[in-house]
Amino acid sequence: MSTLDQSGTVHISDASISVELETPGMTLNIGPQHPSTHGVLRLVAQVDGERVSSLEPMIGYMHRGYEKLVEVRNYAQIITLINRIDWTAGYANEVPFVVAVERLTEIEAPDRAQYIRVILTEMTRISAHLLFLSSFPLELGASTPLMYAVRDREYVLELLESVTGGRFHPNFNRVGGVKPVAGGGSTTKKQSQDLPAGFIAATNAMVKRLRGTCVTFDGLVTGNEVFLARTKGVGIITPDHVHQYGISGPNARASGVGFDVRKHEAYLPYDKFDFAIPTETDGDCFSRYAVRLAEIRESLKIIEQAVNDLPGGPLRSKVPRILKVPAGEIYVRGENPKGEMGYYIVSEGGRIPYRVKIRTASYSNLAVLPELMNGALLPDLVAILGSLDFVLGDVDR
Amino acid sequence: MTLADYLPIGLMMLIGIGFATGAMWVSWKIAPNVPSPEKLAPYECGIVPLQEPALRFPVKFYLVAMLFVIFDVELIFLFAWAVRFEAFGWTGIAAIGIFVALLVETLFYVWKRGALDWNVAHRDRYRRVVAEYEDEAA
Amino acid sequence: MSFAVLLTVKVLAVLGLMLGGALVVIYAELKVGAHMQNRIGPYFAGGRFGWAQPFADALKFMQKEDLVPDGADDRVYKLAPYVVLMGTIGVFVVLPLSPRFVARDLDLGAFYALAISSLTTLGVLMAGWSSNNKYSLIGGLRAAAQLIAYELPLVLAVVAVAIQAGTLSISGIIEAQAAPAFSIGELNVALPYILTGQIIGFAIFVVASLAELSRIPFDMPIAESELTMGFVTEYSSIRFAMFFLAEYAGMVSMSALATAFYLGGYQLPGLSATAVEVLGPVIFISKVFLLSFLFIWLRWTLPRFREDQLQSLAWRWLIPAALLNIAITATFKVVF
Repeated sequence: MSTLDQSGTVHISDASISVELETPGMTLNIGPQHPSTHGVLRLVAQVDGERVSSLEPMIGYMHRGYEKLVEVRNYAQIITLINRIDWTAGYANEVPFVVAVERLTEIEAPDRAQYIRVILTEMTRISAHLLFLSSFPLELGASTPLMYAVRDREYVLELLESVTGGRFHPNFNRVGGVKPVAGGGSTTKKQSQDLPAGFIAATNAMVKRLRGTCVTFDGLVTGNEVFLARTKGVGIITPDHVHQYGISGPNARASGVGFDVRKHEAYLPYDKFDFAIPTETDGDCFSRYAVRLAEIRESLKIIEQAVNDLPGGPLRSKVPRILKVPAGEIYVRGENPKGEMGYYIVSEGGRIPYRVKIRTASYSNLAVLPELMNGALLPDLVAILGSLDFVLGDVDR
Repeated sequence: MTLADYLPIGLMMLIGIGFATGAMWVSWKIAPNVPSPEKLAPYECGIVPLQEPALRFPVKFYLVAMLFVIFDVELIFLFAWAVRFEAFGWTGIAAIGIFVALLVETLFYVWKRGALDWNVAHRDRYRRVVAEYEDEAA
Repeated sequence: MSFAVLLTVKVLAVLGLMLGGALVVIYAELKVGAHMQNRIGPYFAGGRFGWAQPFADALKFMQKEDLVPDGADDRVYKLAPYVVLMGTIGVFVVLPLSPRFVARDLDLGAFYALAISSLTTLGVLMAGWSSNNKYSLIGGLRAAAQLIAYELPLVLAVVAVAIQAGTLSISGIIEAQAAPAFSIGELNVALPYILTGQIIGFAIFVVASLAELSRIPFDMPIAESELTMGFVTEYSSIRFAMFFLAEYAGMVSMSALATAFYLGGYQLPGLSATAVEVLGPVIFISKVFLLSFLFIWLRWTLPRFREDQLQSLAWRWLIPAALLNIAITATFKVVF
């Protein structure tokens, strides 16, 4: 009873009235001002009653021209800017860019800074996935998971804030390490302050707390009959779709494509930690939900290990006051909560990059949407939109 | 019962209408009224609608409505029987049983025929069956 | 003259109690929902516990600009809230709060209540169709399809009650539940119908009335994540408040009907006739609130169904189950 085997046979028979009498379709604009399009996505849908016969996403309402803006800013300023690309995961946006610049300039960040990057990236992942866990059931009509998820997300954001000073847009990475820690007291130019006092204990408490949250969600959402009825077998992304559209992140892993940049590229020292890449095989909305819930658990594992094995040492290696990047090109990608995010930097030498191409996950993940609309109903559209977990800032840049 | 027995219904309705109209009147007195073309435009997510809402409803809704009418008639008979239940006994049960069985058969037919399937996957399966049947006939 | 005065007083009292009950249910929805979600909910309005929040909301709605969208069918658009409100208020006439506290006990009370409550369908369809808005239209269509599909199990469930009670008068049905179900020695025990064979019927009635009220998990006509606000998208100001009030008044009237049919109405096992006479309204309204709490609880727990799942639930499960329930009830009634 999967929707996979439909094989496009739509107009076979006019003989049976009970099957389909065509009525004139209606063009329905969903968005840009709509509660479930996560911002300013516009979908032009042809609907026949409940059925969505075709769908065209129109993007660009959130276009801010980042790729052009970064061409007139130096590398330190760019870090501030790219925080805002995927605003649910500000910290994770910085990391691939900083790593790319470090590789171009051949500066290595010290171990402690690397570990802090891992911890904060995983915290960002948890906070972004908790946002998904709140918004996805909301789109299916359940408003209570929202409150539980947002409440527990606050524990993560507080920790992020205690380290970086920012909840959403930390702007915490520097080429060659991380910024002096907020709340750590005054700093001199020579010495960076370390993590705030009590951070490790607070993080361990948070990990324990969020494990409980995952159990809560298993009880409230995962086993909910109505939730299962709405998500199982809906909006199936096949592995073929994944390869054709370049889908990445949890959306790809829900379809059985077990690719995760964290395991395949050493942009951060993930090889030092023991964690699994959760995958599902069905590729439906429920799998995408289940993968994200499992990823929270894995991220908690990583944080626990990283915090407890945190090496000592400096937070930042020696970097010249005026950073000049030698001529060259590099592409570094990282595993963002939404999927693979990469920066292709072309430098002609000097303080300002010549060109930066930003590869964002949501753009590719969203592109598959019309493909999934094959005879879906209007409520399915909302379920699929929610399960793709995109951010318009990440789509339009 | 006489018609006068239904008077309270009329009275209740009148009071209800009075209450609603009173509220509307107060609202009309205290609410601002500054219409502008943008404000009065029908909401379609901030886009000027390209097309009027279709005035012909999709067929599926008519199917439900027709099914409803069939079963609604059944209900009227059921009520009549239910109130005078004691008087009929087994005979009544047998009679109404035959009547209901016929309607249940209708429901079953409609069900198998796919009219209750809004889910396209199911309907596609039905379409394939029809297509095969037609191929054989041809 | 005195007859007219008495009648007016009765009608006003019932209407006041029921609409008051609706306000309490609105407040309960805000407060209970908040506590289920780790929130506090209304806190400031009225001083303590935000008890005046429903009134504050009503006042705020009144102060808002009343808009009729361009191209809307003006008269239908303005009439729709009235029709919806009438559909729910009309039910109150036949609800007995105690043996004598009833505006008018009709012989066909149950039949009348179910018939008048489906006026709501018409009002919703009017609202959806006249708004000149696509979301409203889809919402209105969904509402119509859903309400008529669930009308059947709802009424079929009541047929079984009518068989067991042998009457369609709501007071009669409640009185029938006061008849002793069994005796232990001298003691006669009267039980409500939910405990004497109508448990399936009760379940069907509650599910169907959830759908009739368009509440989660059956709130597709509104479905704010798909249709923004469904058939009320274009409504503002006091007209929106009318729909809002009608929803909660409908919740009270549906709970009241379920109370009368299945929970023994104003009866409480073990109470004497005089005690029932005095405490009747309190017992009745407590049971209504209990059922309303169930509705609120579900609202804050479940996601919503999809339109096709809702239809197949009605046609494939509830209607056959309701017919089966009638058959079982009838057989038992004849045999015993």
